[in-house]
Amino acid sequence: MSRSRLVANAVAVTAAVVTLFPIYWMVLSALKPAGEIHSLQVRPWTLAPTLEHFRRVLGGEDFGRYLLNSLIVALSVVALSAVVAFLAAVAVTRFRFRFRTSVLIMFLVAQMVPVEALTIPLFFLIRDVGQVAPWAGLNTLGSLVLVHLAFSLPFAIWMMRGFVAAVPEAIEEAAMIDGASRPTILWRILFPLVAPGLVATSVFSFITAWNDFIFARTFIISAAQNQTLPAALLVFFKPDENDWGGIMAASTLMTLPVLVFFIAVQRRLVTGLGGAVKD
Amino acid sequence: MSTRTATTAARPAAGPDLPARRARSRSPRGPRPWLYLLPAAAVLVPLFGYPLYMLGLLSVFDYRQAQVSGGEPTTFIGLANYAALLDDGRFWAILAQTVVFAAALVLATLAVGATLAMVLTRAGRVPRLLLSLAAMAAWAAPAMTGSTVWMFLFDTDLGLVNQVLGIEGFNWFYDKWTAFGVVGATVVWHSFPFVMVTLYAGIQAIPASVLEAAALDGASAWQSFRRVLVPMLRPLITIVVVQSIIWDFKIFTQIYVMTNGGGIAGQNSVLNVYAYQTAFGSSEYGLGSAIGVVMTLILLVVTLFYIRALYRKGEPL
Repeated sequence: MSRSRLVANAVAVTAAVVTLFPIYWMVLSALKPAGEIHSLQVRPWTLAPTLEHFRRVLGGEDFGRYLLNSLIVALSVVALSAVVAFLAAVAVTRFRFRFRTSVLIMFLVAQMVPVEALTIPLFFLIRDVGQVAPWAGLNTLGSLVLVHLAFSLPFAIWMMRGFVAAVPEAIEEAAMIDGASRPTILWRILFPLVAPGLVATSVFSFITAWNDFIFARTFIISAAQNQTLPAALLVFFKPDENDWGGIMAASTLMTLPVLVFFIAVQRRLVTGLGGAVKD
Repeated sequence: MSTRTATTAARPAAGPDLPARRARSRSPRGPRPWLYLLPAAAVLVPLFGYPLYMLGLLSVFDYRQAQVSGGEPTTFIGLANYAALLDDGRFWAILAQTVVFAAALVLATLAVGATLAMVLTRAGRVPRLLLSLAAMAAWAAPAMTGSTVWMFLFDTDLGLVNQVLGIEGFNWFYDKWTAFGVVGATVVWHSFPFVMVTLYAGIQAIPASVLEAAALDGASAWQSFRRVLVPMLRPLITIVVVQSIIWDFKIFTQIYVMTNGGGIAGQNSVLNVYAYQTAFGSSEYGLGSAIGVVMTLILLVVTLFYIRALYRKGEPL
């Protein structure tokens, strides 16, 4: 083995260990008994793993409820954004029309807007919406679904565009010649073909909604039962002493679904379109 | 595309209503693409476009707690909010520290990401897989939980770092610069994987023969990196840099959570946090919106560079 390969291997392994360490530490601390967390003799392992923090988190502080809320919001966003982004992506890849480039650039620019600054007008907008449509006003999960849908769409469309473009148009043309109707081609032929891309895009939409902190904090003011995970995590921060065991257990619960999704899609992306289409 | 058109057209299976070809609807005036864009527009216009417009509108009004709840009339004050910002030493200080902090983050992210991308090209299969997986995990971790873990690692009494360094009782978040350092490390940990993965993919796409030719011509490793790899990857590097600038300039969650809303007396505030605090903390909604507008404009300029880079890279829009 050459020297440069050896150095590269050493650096890669070290970097991997350092990068993984915070995640390891999170899970480890979530499993450590409270006594060990508070001990001034920290050890990078534990001999008495316990689920006490998970039990406390899931049982005591309504965390299960928050977890469910986060899931409802994120999955609603995923389902809605998949359909809407798919249609928009078809429009900008399969058709040449006037203002097409302008529309695309708008989707691109929209990704750069500092979303946090928009909380100010959105707060008032959502407040007013609540007057006419109570399901989407302040303190509702509906309001979170709406804003996350809006903020995940530009990127989702941008990404779906590539996946739609990768499907040869010949397939649709052949179907059309065989007499398939427009909706059939769209939903029975094109939609299944871009499914892997749709999954990948959905993961990003899911993560956007799942990770959100600022909108949940801004919109959900008084209805504690509609709080979502990130804001709920803050419950464990106490002015006198932070409940680190609880914080780490809650963080673990919040991180795991995203990790699983992300790794799943990574494989999906690689094997994605391969073999699905022969042109 | 022309070849495909030819093959399909040559097929005999043409029904009576042969609009098949025409129905591909390349005509620039067909309503169908707009029909498909309708659902997206129905979401984006009211929930993205309108708030953006409203942000601009709020920024030229005197809009505070009294107007929000007290029913006091809202008055148009023109650019007074912006004038107030220009006069506000705190705004300038925060703008400056946002720029400096973002620049440092971008440099650090790029340095770490690019170095590890190079390492990946040289490492063996198992170390490469290990680093990719670790990076994936850091990439996927929510900003919120990343923040909590790093806070715990740097906790004054129970944090691992203090115990290992033997400096118990040292609070990393009291001092402005150490606080920025810890937050910065967290952000880089989150964002280097994107740079690493993108650049690694770019390097993989360069034909090996190019680098072999450079080596044959006697180029050192550094020379072939500096004179061959970097120029060939330039469009990709631009995209990665601009994307990092945009993310790091907008940084919010890590600062908000780790320094509890901007640190002691707001010493660790950045523009995004400052806008939020001005609006929702001090109920100065008009002024907060003005800060938001300034941020949006700065990011818009960066975005224009980005679009130019995309065009240069030859990505067909």
